[in-house]
Amino acid sequence: MRHIISLLMENEAGALSRVAGLFSARGYNIESLTVAPTEDATLSRMTIVTHGSDAVIEQITKQLNKLIDVAAVMDLSEGDHLERELMLVKVRAEGAARDELKRMADIFRGRILDVSSHTYTIELTGTRSKLDSFLQSIDQNLILETVRTGASGIGRGERILKL
Amino acid sequence: MELTGAEIAIRCLQEEGVEYLFGYPGGAVLHIYDALFQQEKVKHILVRHEQAAIHAADGYARSSDQVGVALVTSGPGITNAVTGIATAYMDSIPMVVISGQVPSYAIGEDAFQEVDAVGITRPCVKHNFLIKDVKDIAPTIKKAFYLAKSGRPGPVLVDIPKDISNHKTEFVYPESVSIRAYNPVGKGDSNQIKQAAQLLLEAKRPMIYAGGGVVLSGAAAQLTDLVRLLGYPCTNTLMGLGGFPATDDHFVGMLGMHGTYEANMAMQNCDVLVAIGARFDDRVIGNVAHFAELPRKIIHIDIDPSSIAKRVKVDVPIVGELKPVLDELLTVLRASNKKPVAADLAAWWKQIKEWNVKGGGLRYKNSSEVIKPQFVIETLYKITQGDAYVTSDVGQHQMWAAQYYKFDQPRRWINSGGLGTMGFGLPAAMGVQLKHPDATVACVTGEGSIQMNIQELSTCKQFHLPIKVLSLNNRYLGMVRQWQQFFHGDRYSESYMDALPDFVKLAEAYGHVGMRIVNPADVEPALREAFARKKDLVFMDFQTDPKENVFPMVPGGKGLSEIVLSEDL
Repeated sequence: MRHIISLLMENEAGALSRVAGLFSARGYNIESLTVAPTEDATLSRMTIVTHGSDAVIEQITKQLNKLIDVAAVMDLSEGDHLERELMLVKVRAEGAARDELKRMADIFRGRILDVSSHTYTIELTGTRSKLDSFLQSIDQNLILETVRTGASGIGRGERILKL
Repeated sequence: MELTGAEIAIRCLQEEGVEYLFGYPGGAVLHIYDALFQQEKVKHILVRHEQAAIHAADGYARSSDQVGVALVTSGPGITNAVTGIATAYMDSIPMVVISGQVPSYAIGEDAFQEVDAVGITRPCVKHNFLIKDVKDIAPTIKKAFYLAKSGRPGPVLVDIPKDISNHKTEFVYPESVSIRAYNPVGKGDSNQIKQAAQLLLEAKRPMIYAGGGVVLSGAAAQLTDLVRLLGYPCTNTLMGLGGFPATDDHFVGMLGMHGTYEANMAMQNCDVLVAIGARFDDRVIGNVAHFAELPRKIIHIDIDPSSIAKRVKVDVPIVGELKPVLDELLTVLRASNKKPVAADLAAWWKQIKEWNVKGGGLRYKNSSEVIKPQFVIETLYKITQGDAYVTSDVGQHQMWAAQYYKFDQPRRWINSGGLGTMGFGLPAAMGVQLKHPDATVACVTGEGSIQMNIQELSTCKQFHLPIKVLSLNNRYLGMVRQWQQFFHGDRYSESYMDALPDFVKLAEAYGHVGMRIVNPADVEPALREAFARKKDLVFMDFQTDPKENVFPMVPGGKGLSEIVLSEDL
């Protein structure tokens, strides 16, 4: 099953490699991983999307907690949560496709960030499946580049991960 | 007054009360060695290979409750140390390793003797640090010692670039340490402990299974009280030997791949199992699916939550330090009106005694022609009256030592259980002998293992360490040969030790006493003579039966009750 794990860790050199190393050493998979400092610059917040049985996810959470640099861990998928991913897509925008791509971007509430005579760069935010379906909705041959951040997640309401 | 980083590092070790520093000098640690030279409190033990420095610090730590400390240089110094660090990590041994690094301005330039020490050790340390500012040296070393010994212990590496060890700053050793993301638990959850007590008292076929955690946390007395209070059978893992007295009637022997028949059968057939400071590893419970076939309630007490429910489902998990948890469990049990049902317990013990036929599989056919390795260990036990510190290497001799030497006290049995590091025994014995200068220290080894760190005979000479080395020389890598015989159709691929040195002459070349023992009748007199030489290191080359196998055996991938006994019985 797909899990989205959020954690707070010391914003120090090497902390990221400890987390990444834990996954590779134990054969756990990482679908995506995002990390950036929080409002407290000494702490980073990381969101990891992974797959595994309940037993594997339990081990992942425990092993993450065991890392000295990791201050708090939460499996967001255990409760209500929000999840967003940012995607930048550069597409070939010429002739009839130029209007069609603009329309599709509007339907998916995307924004066109950059325009050249032959390309658009579209920004889209949403869940993974929304971004996937945008990519499926446009002509595949027109896609020049896609850049995705991987999911960031946060608990709903009073589900708060803070020190 | 301002001190250099090197002086600060040594002052920190003094503040921590470090008695011995095991190490080997080199370019990146020259400043630290210079600071070491100019003081007397911390004594340096010069090994002959960095791996041995780590094993010696490890042996020192295992035989005491103190942190082992080692110092190595950059590049090959730290890569040589990695096997030792991984050994300590797998067995949760408290250790601080200081490594030199190339100057900070040269890091990343492929400088001479540069290696990413923090990167290369990351998977086998509890934590590690690369120092970037001389001001960080004292607080980091303070943290390193705290991390090494608190919670689930383990090795911690502090990597100090050469230039930083020569920068100056004021020396202040922090009085306390706090790491916000690290808060090891102390007491266990009282409700869980009550539940555990309830389950234990309701058990019809109880079993107490205790591992190395009992030894490391100093909870042997609590474990012994618990077993005797309840009158339940107790088994120890390879790492846990001595955590419960082996000569006590409640002891059913070691369990696992080469454990006794009754210990393994009782593990498989019990209805309530309490695991204390143990981790259900593959060499202990064999095939997990086979183990899970029979229903039993499991109580698991451990300091490390990630050890719980890792390989088996647990009904009552208790996370905490073993001492306070067992103290509380004892209090609850003593206060309870309920007692174990005597008839059930008697029937269970009767069953266990039946499984003890043929000594639980721990018997062998002795010979007057050829020395049986088990006989050497039994004689060692007899003449040391069970009072020696015994280190071992890895292989058949390790299993025979574990099976036939009865450890009544914790921290007496010193072996590499998790990583299984050949070459561990002799350097570990050096650490033990330094910690306990008047104690009898025996290193049980084989002609294969001993050659992996034989150069340390030189260190033993320099520091007058009167270790007794018992080499069970069967001219084979015995455990490999045994598996090849059982599982690879007698194809003894590369397991024969050809062109062995004359170990007697070799010992003498290093300035020690060497003995070769060929006849079974000479085993006891030789051991007596060797152990009477209180001041000498004696290397005993026992020419043992090359065909002897370790029994009982749970073949790899099999279940505990599929245990195989020797055909000799």
